[in-house]
Amino acid sequence: MAEYIIKNGHVFDPLQGIKGDKADVAIKDGKIVKDNEVSSKAKTIDAKGKTVMAGAVEIHAHIAGPKVNVGRIYRPEDKLFTYTPKKGNIRMAGGFSIPTTFKTGYEYAKMGYTTAMEAAMPPLFSRHVHEEIRDTPIIDEGAFPVFGNNWFVMEYLKNNEIENTAAYCAWLLRATKGYAIKLVNPGGTEAWAWGLNCLSVNDPVPYFDITPAEIIKGLIEANEYLGLPHSIHIHPNNLGNPGNFTTTLDTLKLAEGYKTKNKFGRDQVMHLTHTQFHSYGGENWGNFESKSKEIMDYVNKSKNITIDTGNVTLDETTTMTADGPFEHHLTELNHLKWANVDVELETAAGVVPYIYSPDIKVCAIQWAIGLELALMAKDASRCFITTDHPNAGPFTRYPRVIKWLMSAKAREAQIKAFKNSDKVIAATHIAGMDREISLYELAQMTRAGPAKSLGLSGMCGGLKPGMDADVVVYDFSPDKPVANPDQIEAAFSRAAHVFKSGVEVVTNGEVVNNGNKRTIWVNAKVKENPQVMRDIQEKFLKYYSVSQANYESLGHHIIPNPYAIEVDAMQ
Amino acid sequence: MAAINLNLISGRSIQQGVAIEGGKEKPAYRTAAGIIELDPSDLKRLGAWRNTNVKVTSDYGSVVVKAIETTQGPHPGLGFIPMGPWANSIVNPNTYSTGMPTFKGVPVKVEVAINEPILLGIELVQKQCGVKVG
Amino acid sequence: MTKTVTDVVCPFCGTLCDDLEVVVSDDGKQLTEVYNACVIGTEKFLHSQAKDRVTRPRLRQEDGSWKEITYDEAAEYTAQMLANAKKPLMYGWSSTNCEAQSMGHEIAEMVGACVDNTAAVCHGTTLIAVQDIGIPSCTLGEIKNRADRILFWGCNPAHAHPRHMSRYSIYPRGFFTGKGQKSRKMIVVDPRVTDTAKLADVHLQVEQGRDYELLNAFRVALNNEWLPEVVAGIPAEKIREAADLCKSGRFGIIFFGMGVTQTLSKNHNIDEAIALTKHLNEFTKFSIMPMRGHYNVTGSGEVLAWQFGFPYSVDLTRGFARYNPGDTSTIDLLARGEADAFFTIASDPGAHFPISCVKQIAKLPSVCIDPHQTPTSGISKLHVPVAFAGVEVGGNAYRMDNVPIDMRKVVDPPAGMLTDEEFLTKVRDRVKQLKRAG
Repeated sequence: MAEYIIKNGHVFDPLQGIKGDKADVAIKDGKIVKDNEVSSKAKTIDAKGKTVMAGAVEIHAHIAGPKVNVGRIYRPEDKLFTYTPKKGNIRMAGGFSIPTTFKTGYEYAKMGYTTAMEAAMPPLFSRHVHEEIRDTPIIDEGAFPVFGNNWFVMEYLKNNEIENTAAYCAWLLRATKGYAIKLVNPGGTEAWAWGLNCLSVNDPVPYFDITPAEIIKGLIEANEYLGLPHSIHIHPNNLGNPGNFTTTLDTLKLAEGYKTKNKFGRDQVMHLTHTQFHSYGGENWGNFESKSKEIMDYVNKSKNITIDTGNVTLDETTTMTADGPFEHHLTELNHLKWANVDVELETAAGVVPYIYSPDIKVCAIQWAIGLELALMAKDASRCFITTDHPNAGPFTRYPRVIKWLMSAKAREAQIKAFKNSDKVIAATHIAGMDREISLYELAQMTRAGPAKSLGLSGMCGGLKPGMDADVVVYDFSPDKPVANPDQIEAAFSRAAHVFKSGVEVVTNGEVVNNGNKRTIWVNAKVKENPQVMRDIQEKFLKYYSVSQANYESLGHHIIPNPYAIEVDAMQ
Repeated sequence: MAAINLNLISGRSIQQGVAIEGGKEKPAYRTAAGIIELDPSDLKRLGAWRNTNVKVTSDYGSVVVKAIETTQGPHPGLGFIPMGPWANSIVNPNTYSTGMPTFKGVPVKVEVAINEPILLGIELVQKQCGVKVG
Repeated sequence: MTKTVTDVVCPFCGTLCDDLEVVVSDDGKQLTEVYNACVIGTEKFLHSQAKDRVTRPRLRQEDGSWKEITYDEAAEYTAQMLANAKKPLMYGWSSTNCEAQSMGHEIAEMVGACVDNTAAVCHGTTLIAVQDIGIPSCTLGEIKNRADRILFWGCNPAHAHPRHMSRYSIYPRGFFTGKGQKSRKMIVVDPRVTDTAKLADVHLQVEQGRDYELLNAFRVALNNEWLPEVVAGIPAEKIREAADLCKSGRFGIIFFGMGVTQTLSKNHNIDEAIALTKHLNEFTKFSIMPMRGHYNVTGSGEVLAWQFGFPYSVDLTRGFARYNPGDTSTIDLLARGEADAFFTIASDPGAHFPISCVKQIAKLPSVCIDPHQTPTSGISKLHVPVAFAGVEVGGNAYRMDNVPIDMRKVVDPPAGMLTDEEFLTKVRDRVKQLKRAG
């Protein structure tokens, strides 16, 4: 493998506490090594006047799987004017809010992202998720199976059987080659199978008679019983509704008193995702307002919680989520085409296009809320940048979000451009905020922070010798003042160099190599649990529409390059 | 002999399904799909016994198949030829810009053709395409 | 002693039954019995080892006879044909696994082909409607466990998806449907009294081709508004009764097929059916699902969609993907004489396209990859037989409700035979060389 030495760049690495010092980064055999460990044959990359960071880590995006593909299939218009042709080994690539798998890998890589987590995998469809992951070049990926509406989980937790729940979770993670325990609208999506919902943490689920609060607490306990690399990752109840911030606080409070037990350096017991959608005040769209302050006051003082933002990018995009009832609600609101799939025993999904217009007051307030969350974060290593791609906007807009976070001037220009700017300012805090995220904080929010939350700090998100050589050089000088904020967006859109596992995959903003991506999954070993195995057998025989053997079969042709993280939960 | 007008549809039948897996070159395929299922009242109008060879003609072509009495009736005025090369010799190929031919709902004329042979599946297609078979 | 292979996936129709048991001889070479499959699936497995099977590629000679050639020679012919064509058409894909489909797409991208699957003559119009209006749907297990109102509109599962009703839709005792068939009410809409209709609680014998009006009348009935005395041959009271029956359920499903996708109103029928489903959701939970034909046409659509962004009728001829059914669809491309080479795999357009299109194929340089002898192989210049996917090689397939199931291998193919994926890999490698040289 080629050796590299990236010289004279300004390095930002929160893992090692490097805050922009000029330093060299050396790459050998796919790993980061100390400068003096590379030979004279090492190729020099001149990073003078440039910013050097580890590859970024995407903690939550909908990029692979059945609902993503429903989006692609039913929105041919999403491809218009977006296509780049094939070039050598680089495949043709298209799609704006729901890019093809090739485009997904290439666009992430061009921005310097090298690891990504598919946010919601319906277990019955794990084969589909993994086929798409396999066809997404360059970036390492994992996927979160959903547990919050799962029949086994609800039945065990109704009886407070944490050990059984943990055994089932371990089994499901292995059967689906999943990474973490994800909850989406816990309880509410099972209610949706009857056309109902659970809008608060105390609404009981029809028939199963368990509340979202009980599901959430039970899964926190199961997760810590297993000591998994990531905490539970939760999309709370009542997404998208004015006044929902109370449900969010109720959800966050369920983590109180819990401490993590894991060998992966993770500190949090709950990761609350796309928090923007859950920080709404008011009672209706008329008096809709930001409650980012209430949310961040709580998050800032709760060290056992991490969040990601879910920033609105002001684009026409496609919403897709396992919050089936929310998507139905959305189509009744905007009358755009609605797709829905209820999944037996497990979950559901809905897809509806959405236009976040700067002329609409509500959309502008949503935009503001997403930024406020990040700007109010006292600990940048617990607040990560996402757009809940594609729900609040395409991930290709990260550079624009970064521009807004790093430049108060850019934010002002956007606020002035809103049609209803006065009303927006009155309903939010954004206009008064002059904080500008620094490059170090950016590295915390997009690299070290998400890696730590995922339990992957040994592997990615940092530049410590011994780690995978996922290194990015941005054509952005920390020394020179930024004349025009658009320079920020341009620099972070097209990295000068990107290395993935020591292979140069992007040069001058162009993809030059398809890489050799890995699929990261968690293999948790628990002691034998005959009761759970019997329950699994029984449900497959009686209720599932596929056989257990076929559900569990995940051949090598579907996951050609697996990377298992072993967890010993034998207790 | 009387010729009758019918509305033609085509589609799957379980016998056609078995026959295609058994091999389209075999006589079983012709037995399963080289047929037109008619309502008894239409057989009467036609003046034909069951299992008579008939010629079915549309604006798009004509084909000889065996007229049998339907087992999924009554459906007077409607003829059913299982999907396959016999039906496709006469269905409407026009897609009207949808990409989909009009396989169902084709006006046809049916007349008795006792002495005309019903070709085997592959042979029927090769003949109409003028393919030389050695 | 024999061995029984369990959890075998049947590679015939979109029902994709995965509970088959296949008995093979002790040495694993002979397939002797099939359990649990319908009569069509059984025939597929048992006939795969027929003595008269074609086991090597063959090229049509000037005098009309076949000449046997090697797989390498066949790959060369195919690669040359595709690489030299200006607008090659690569059609079919529905009866093979996703791995083969993916390899084929690599070839298509390199040569700039049009890629299309059997949805073109099946549920293509459904896809168009879904792109207009969306689709509220569910997996088949949800039907088994929850559904108490089942509509079969323009489809005949007794004949086309024989085990559908027993595995998923009418007979099973699910979690909330413990009384099985007695928990459910079944409505069939069909111009014939089909074998499926004979099992129904309500049969609406619609006037052939008038489904659009009937679907629309259902919606009017849901709104309790005025209807003419008879719509599409059905009396208004019957329409209202059926609408009320749907409203009174807890979980309903509309299964639909060619009766609405292939009749004159085409995609507009499906649009209206989906609109009806959406409308029913104002009263109770309702979903809709197309009865996909080939066992992996759904898979072909999924792979095309995640790789290129469109589920069928994809045009790659300009180096990037374009999609416009009616323009880029196979039937129309053939009708307008636009293709200059025709490549079929895992399907039989020779039998299932209108004859005017088949005549066009017969005029072109053509390759047919199919284990069987078919009307397509009968008019193609090159016939390449391959292993039966789902019998002699495994691989991923997608059921009609988009659930992926990895097929199993039960026996080896005849000695020396390649799988679709292996043959396509040879073609891909050769095309790569040709494109580099040219």
